[in-house]
Amino acid sequence: MLFDIRRILGGLFAVYGVILVVAGLLDGAEEIAKAEGVRINLWTGIGMLVLAGVFLLWERLRPKDVPDPSDENSGDA
Amino acid sequence: MLALAPQDLRLDVNALDYLILALYFAVVVGIGFAARRAIRSSSDFFLAGRALPAWITGLAFVSANLGAIEILGMAANGAQYGLMTVHYYWIGAVPAMVFLGIVMMPFYYRSKVHSVPEFLRRRFNPATQLFNAIAFAVAQVLIAGINLYALALVMEALLGWPLWLSVIVSAAIVLAYITLGGLSSAIYNEVMQFFVIIAGLVPVVVLGLIRVGGFEGLGQKVRESVLGDGGLHTWSTTASTDNPLGASWIGIVFGLGFVLSFGYWTTNFAEVQRGLSARNTNAARLTPIVAAYPKLLIPVVTVIPGLVALVLFSDLGKDGGPAYNYAIPLLMNEFLPNGVLGVAVTGLLASFMAGMAANISGFNTVFTYDIWKGHVNGDKPDEFYVRLGRVATIGGVVAGIGTAFIAAGFSNIMNYLQALFAFFNAPLFATFIIGLFWKRMTPWAGFWGIIAGTLAAFAVYIPYRAELIDLGTDLNASFVAAGAAFLVDAIVSVAITLVTTPKPEEELRGLVYGLTDVDLKDDSIAGDKAWYRSPVVLGSGALVLAAAFYLPFL
Repeated sequence: MLFDIRRILGGLFAVYGVILVVAGLLDGAEEIAKAEGVRINLWTGIGMLVLAGVFLLWERLRPKDVPDPSDENSGDA
Repeated sequence: MLALAPQDLRLDVNALDYLILALYFAVVVGIGFAARRAIRSSSDFFLAGRALPAWITGLAFVSANLGAIEILGMAANGAQYGLMTVHYYWIGAVPAMVFLGIVMMPFYYRSKVHSVPEFLRRRFNPATQLFNAIAFAVAQVLIAGINLYALALVMEALLGWPLWLSVIVSAAIVLAYITLGGLSSAIYNEVMQFFVIIAGLVPVVVLGLIRVGGFEGLGQKVRESVLGDGGLHTWSTTASTDNPLGASWIGIVFGLGFVLSFGYWTTNFAEVQRGLSARNTNAARLTPIVAAYPKLLIPVVTVIPGLVALVLFSDLGKDGGPAYNYAIPLLMNEFLPNGVLGVAVTGLLASFMAGMAANISGFNTVFTYDIWKGHVNGDKPDEFYVRLGRVATIGGVVAGIGTAFIAAGFSNIMNYLQALFAFFNAPLFATFIIGLFWKRMTPWAGFWGIIAGTLAAFAVYIPYRAELIDLGTDLNASFVAAGAAFLVDAIVSVAITLVTTPKPEEELRGLVYGLTDVDLKDDSIAGDKAWYRSPVVLGSGALVLAAAFYLPFL
């Protein structure tokens, strides 16, 4: 059974999101001034966590969207 | 306004950014290993088992074209030509993608071919297949090498990596995941790359817009820039060629919107292959149509940064200043703190590799099926061809590395080659469109049409490059070359058809419009009948949106 890409996307963005949120909370005045006064790491991190949540939830609710590639619906070789 | 010297391109990356980069490539190689376990037949390796849903193949379709050269180049065009750059998306891509999905994909998918050249063999003859397969294989290796060289140049400028290190490391990663997992791992990585590059570019756009005072401030500053008011219009200045793009509406509609775009999107196997890996006919048809929606919005993350860079950096594109191609890296350097910066760098690197992986996965399929199996040795067991595909991948990557080092020595020649590939597919499109709708078109008409069309493209383009004929701008030259290729192909195809024998109708079932193959069973699955999975409804929606998006920028 081939893994589900939604789980990979959800996992990667969850890890990135956590890293960026932590980085965003630790950002000093210099980083914030560079980004036009926006805590851009924090906001991007939050955005990534939301995206990760969407992918993981979608996989949960519709687990069979990616069929097993060895299924018989795949035509001939 | 800021003045910049070239050394300012170096990004201030730290351990956090490298952590983000390393995580990404660990996942990429991990996907390769996981996908390897699922490969049991050549269909698994070359067509991802024909099992993927439309949203995955659709995102892979758009991503295969969203290489870093495309992203950096379109931002450069945004800075140089202004809003007219959106023509490359809204008229130069979306209509052709919808046409591919609604009209052409059923023929590709339902004929069960593995590649575009194989379709040419079924519709015409083995000679046509071989010519197209060799031309395609050579072009893909050269483009992969050009991609690799461009990647190395950008990495040298941004991160200070030596040229050879970038080339070897990126080639090794691409080699690892394609050899292991074949097309599935290429496609999964394309989907991942799509989200990472967008995540890296959106902060650049948001912060850039804040700096210049939002859309209103940007518009006002563009009007005051070298681009002037012409940079804010798409159609109203196209009655003549006196506009930033140097093209009239006739050139834009027929040159860009028809011959160049339909040629590229409907016959380029590196794109079409994504559709062939879909799980059924409906998903295959939806592939380019699902891709059309993100394609409509990509100008937000390419053209806007280009315009922001134009108004912020006074020496962009001028002598002694940074090249237009560095518009996005300059903004990354200007706005992004460590962390998001790592995401943006990862996105750029990933999109370079995804572009190269698309070339290599197209190459190994065509080499294995159309050159080796079709013309050298066709009756080995299935496992042999999986192994051959892996060997071809290694060969393709090694040849790509060679091309990259040649490109480093002769970068001008590579620029011309790249321009040539832009209209390489125009004659092929003429052959397809005639062959699909005219059952009388003969096998040898297919062969000679493509040869004559390809020669016509060269015959226009080489004298233009040698400055023997004057065609105005480069863009106009490619319109003329593609148009000539299309016309010559069509004329030769019709002429040869009239003097040669057509194929019997029995052999053309399922390959020509109106001759349906009665043996093919309906492969639709539950839910395919819903309106939101209808290619015609979704395709029309994309066309309407493309037209509507133009309205505020006429």
